[in-house]
Amino acid sequence: MSTDAVAAIPGDTLRERIVDDLRSAIGDALLDSLVKPGDDVWVRVRIDSWRATGLALRSLGFDYFCFLSAIDWMPSPFGKGEDDPTAPAPERDDTIKQGYAGGETRMQLLARLVHPTLHVGVNVKCDVPDSEPVVESWIPVFAGANWHERETHEMFGIGFAGHPDLRNMYLPSDFEGHPLRKDFPLLARIVKPWPGIVDVEPLPGGSDDEEGDAE
Amino acid sequence: MTSTESLIDRRQLSYIAAQAADARLNVELETEGMTLNIGPQHPATHGTLRIIARLDGEQVVWAEPSCGYMHRGYEKLTEVRTYPQVTALVNRIDWLGSFANEVPFILAAEKLMEIEAPPRAQWIRTILFELSRIANVSLFLGDLGVQMGAITPVFMAFRDREYVLNLIEGATGGRFHPNFDRIGGLKDDLPAGFIDETRVVMKKLRNFCDEMENLLFGNEIFQSRTRGIGVIPKDVAMQYGLSGANLRASGVDWDLRRDQTLPMAWNKVDWKVWTHPDGDSFARCWVRLQEVRESTRIVDQLLDNIPSGPVMAKVPRIIKVPEGEAWVSTENPLGEMGYYVVSKGDLGPFRTKIRSASFNNISIVPWVLKGVYVPDIITILASLYFILGDIDR
Repeated sequence: MSTDAVAAIPGDTLRERIVDDLRSAIGDALLDSLVKPGDDVWVRVRIDSWRATGLALRSLGFDYFCFLSAIDWMPSPFGKGEDDPTAPAPERDDTIKQGYAGGETRMQLLARLVHPTLHVGVNVKCDVPDSEPVVESWIPVFAGANWHERETHEMFGIGFAGHPDLRNMYLPSDFEGHPLRKDFPLLARIVKPWPGIVDVEPLPGGSDDEEGDAE
Repeated sequence: MTSTESLIDRRQLSYIAAQAADARLNVELETEGMTLNIGPQHPATHGTLRIIARLDGEQVVWAEPSCGYMHRGYEKLTEVRTYPQVTALVNRIDWLGSFANEVPFILAAEKLMEIEAPPRAQWIRTILFELSRIANVSLFLGDLGVQMGAITPVFMAFRDREYVLNLIEGATGGRFHPNFDRIGGLKDDLPAGFIDETRVVMKKLRNFCDEMENLLFGNEIFQSRTRGIGVIPKDVAMQYGLSGANLRASGVDWDLRRDQTLPMAWNKVDWKVWTHPDGDSFARCWVRLQEVRESTRIVDQLLDNIPSGPVMAKVPRIIKVPEGEAWVSTENPLGEMGYYVVSKGDLGPFRTKIRSASFNNISIVPWVLKGVYVPDIITILASLYFILGDIDR
């Protein structure tokens, strides 16, 4: 029951054309892109053309607003929250390494738009500097961005210029900190050791990369 | 067709005219506004959602849902758990269709690992997925009656939903939270007798749909309280990212089961995507009713040609997912449920963005409630259909 559009995908020309169209619309504000054939498109744009990107994609037919969020690329200083609190904190690799379509900053905005007839999604990323974490709001482009921007502001501390009402969605209004930032500790793991840790220990006599049932 | 269309138009126009006349009357009478709190605990909110509505006379001037009573921070919790442990968490997002929540996450992990479940596992996944849709939406249909003062439908819904829950329990061991999906396949094969029993239950569920259609959808009170009320046009629905039956009821032919290629069995059987052009409360409820019936047909066809073989691919005992990013979404009972999984080659995800359907579906509430009458708040909310855990995550 696949539609014509899905049948036409196997060559990734469809997705590469989307990147080309976006580049001709916003010019050198498109910093990087990645196309996975038959899967998805990732683009990274400059922060000052965040709204222009939304407008350009909408005029390319990407009408469907899927979600808007952010990624904090800093490795968590608390690891998986499985440290022994009495022992000194272990050394951890703290190099920041971004994912698809690269990046320069620790925080990145991530939004996804979908073409309603081609059924191709575009994941838009945007570097957000720590010094001034403010981007233009997408509400004039997609009204549904309102709640997503509130959530992102609450969870990551990214501001949205032009948003009418950046109140907290979930937490009390006097809550301090941004819980989805990696440097925000998961308190439940600190006050009580995690019992699930035994699940990932190798079974007696088994080695880590042994092939077998997952059971 | 033209006569019904003009009837709907007339209804909508008379509703809008009444709204305008009342607004004028409120100005003349110099009425004072008042704020009405619906919830957090209210029989019509399915849980702890609070709606703050500013009223002028009988009309809503401004309304805003207040979320967060159910926030459990799953996105943060996934960062400290391993991939197999995450399914136990995401089960509890939409608790009426639990199995359907596990599938997109597992598919995202499988996409990153570049493995695929064996055909039999794909078939059983699809069957359980559709069973959870039936269990979820049949409760919606029963609950719909309660919102409008009809008590009978909810008893029928609970009666027939029990059969489906028994099937899910028989196959997975869990009535509400199966936690049955594994990276690379399923925990177990189907139990003996499942196929025959399921056929019997699907027949009962089709019967239930017919009963609902006659009892509720043919009811004049139900129609007058839902037709032409809470109309969401196509472009607004797209902008707000509405999904599932809410989007299809606005006339958008969009179903992720059909429109994307996933390692699932939906494209192996013949079924239909139901849409409705009206975009009102009635359309949303009607589309859901048709979808339950369609789901029973999907399950029946899948049972006919279920392949034999293993239900688990060869995967390492300790699952490490290679570095990368993946997005997988499926057409869940409530709408598009998707996971954006970022992996750093670790035992657990580095970041998971959970895109739940109800969050987007409910973000339209301030828009759609503007200008409606107080009793319509409840029917519009009921027809938008949300699960609290799915909003707050």
